[in-house]
Amino acid sequence: MTESVRVPPAAPAARVRERKPLRVGPLSTVLRPRPLLVLLGGLVALVVVFACDLALGDYPISPLGVLRTLLGGGDAGDRLVVLQLRLPRALTGLLVGAALGLSGAITQAVVRNPLASPDLLGVTSGAGAAATAVIVTSGTLGGISGAVAAFGLPVIALLGGVVTAGLVALLAYRGGVDSFRLVLVGIGMNALTVNATLWLLTIGETQDAGRAMVWLTGSLNARDWDNVVPVGLALLVLVPLTLLGCHALGALQFDDDTVRELGVRVNVARGALLLSAAVLASLATAAAGPIAFVALATPQIALRMAGVPRPPLVVSMVLGALLVVASDLVSRTLFGSLQLPVGVVTAVLGAPYLIYLLVHRYREVHT
Amino acid sequence: MTASHTANDAVAHTDADSPSGHGASETARNRLRARDLSLGYGDRVVVDGLDLDVVDGTITGVIGPNGCGKSTLLRALGRLLQPKRGSVLLDGEPIHRMSTKEVARRLGLLPQSPAAPEGLCVADLVARGRHPHQAWYRQWSSDDESAVAEALALTGIEDLADRSVDELSGGQRQRAWLSMALAQGTDLLLLDEPTTYLDLSHQVDVLELIGRLHAESGRTVVMVLHDLNLAARYADRLVAMSEGRIAAEGVPEEVLTERLLREVFDLSARVIPDPVTGTPMVVPVGGRQSGVRNRMVSEPGRTGPDE
Repeated sequence: MTESVRVPPAAPAARVRERKPLRVGPLSTVLRPRPLLVLLGGLVALVVVFACDLALGDYPISPLGVLRTLLGGGDAGDRLVVLQLRLPRALTGLLVGAALGLSGAITQAVVRNPLASPDLLGVTSGAGAAATAVIVTSGTLGGISGAVAAFGLPVIALLGGVVTAGLVALLAYRGGVDSFRLVLVGIGMNALTVNATLWLLTIGETQDAGRAMVWLTGSLNARDWDNVVPVGLALLVLVPLTLLGCHALGALQFDDDTVRELGVRVNVARGALLLSAAVLASLATAAAGPIAFVALATPQIALRMAGVPRPPLVVSMVLGALLVVASDLVSRTLFGSLQLPVGVVTAVLGAPYLIYLLVHRYREVHT
Repeated sequence: MTASHTANDAVAHTDADSPSGHGASETARNRLRARDLSLGYGDRVVVDGLDLDVVDGTITGVIGPNGCGKSTLLRALGRLLQPKRGSVLLDGEPIHRMSTKEVARRLGLLPQSPAAPEGLCVADLVARGRHPHQAWYRQWSSDDESAVAEALALTGIEDLADRSVDELSGGQRQRAWLSMALAQGTDLLLLDEPTTYLDLSHQVDVLELIGRLHAESGRTVVMVLHDLNLAARYADRLVAMSEGRIAAEGVPEEVLTERLLREVFDLSARVIPDPVTGTPMVVPVGGRQSGVRNRMVSEPGRTGPDE
């Protein structure tokens, strides 16, 4: 019996055609041409749109002028417009979009539900409610004013988002985090925080409520370097950590028993990934207000463009950044002095595409 | 590092994990054992004080009426369920003190109705079986690739490798899942009703495959089966469970008796030799007018994985 334990080794050239290897020393991964192409295309588009965002506006500067200014040249006017006005704003948009795209992709992959996103799970609205509370009370009570409110707002929003996410996870926890329960609790929490925000808006002074409304729509107006640096640093730390942890994400796509059977500690892996997604979304919301739709739509758009079964993290990140920067460009340039908040544009741009993809896919499946 | 070298490595790894069968006593040979095992969900006790030795290199079939704790036992053997009392020993160590990953490298388990994400292709599903051997920087080594190629070949689904799992027929899908469990490269395989939802020809097909895998590689297989005749045919040993205890255990001829069927399954039946294989075959007594049919109708339906 024992001599038959040995499996006859497969032929030396045992290859799996469907999974092309990419191996460098001890590193190895699967080479997937289509997601890679989408990623490269997305990056190229992002560079172009980002450059346009720096060049176009009420005070147009030639692409060459932008490049010269970025490299340290250019006249004083160009330097002011590019380095002090447009670059921080465009960078905030880029970072916020990347954070939202990544956060949405992680959430949807962990919860295994395309409708799960930081928006729907209450993270964004929790951050919004906390920020509204500060804006509204700072006016009427006069307790928190001016610089303190401006500086404290992002921190408050960040806390609001993370605390809401923690509450959702806590309420959904019953010996483990069940995806379906998480979505239900999240939707409930979302409704609760949205209504708390509305209540705050009605009791606040009209002027404060107006300021809160602008913040709540998600705007990149008047973002300066003070907005960029904290978000940038946080993302610099969080993004690599998250990407390292995402190997487990592939195994988390199955039912719980299969996931455990594959040697993954389900609850630990889910909890850590969801927490990082919540922090990413809260950071983004803290920096620019709740920008609608990016975290919900980009992972689905990325998934369909890349032709993979679960939201691809890096592609979602790049497409999220692209969507926000492009939306900001549109909102700044196409509507003259109106200066539409970027959140309105992302929704207007993202929603039809998502609907198109869903309808298209539905037809594929049902014909 | 050549491909043949790494393929040998993969085999050597699984060999190293299994103390080969030269141990002095019977128990020392058996890698997977349960001692005084009590299991349940919440306050409900499903399995009470059970002892079991899974004999290495055999196919063990676990049979019993609905709700007797078969699947619960299998889940505990695979470390998916924490025992209320007692322990499961894998290579002499309590399995619940081992890390999830360590267990996954030694023991593969196929749940009753596993779910794959929509659009996942067969090659990617099978490759997922390599997860316990991977890390974030090592996601598709040549070991992984040869193990997956081998698993696809053993289950005969190389031609389906680029197809989406949700497009497959039930029999093909079960082969794909089995293939994933094989790619995991463990000598111990636990299968929870591998033939559920399959028609008879596909049931036979999947069991033939499991029998062949066992014959070729000497893997130890524990499978929960509902069909007694098929269990008698394909298992070397049967474990009959009743109300959370083992009612009988041994070769099919010893276990599958008319008396046991009456006591455990509350079924009056004749047991005759299977005309094809000579293994015991159960032929229920009674027809349209007998009480058997009425009881079958009133019996509560299957309760899924929690049964």
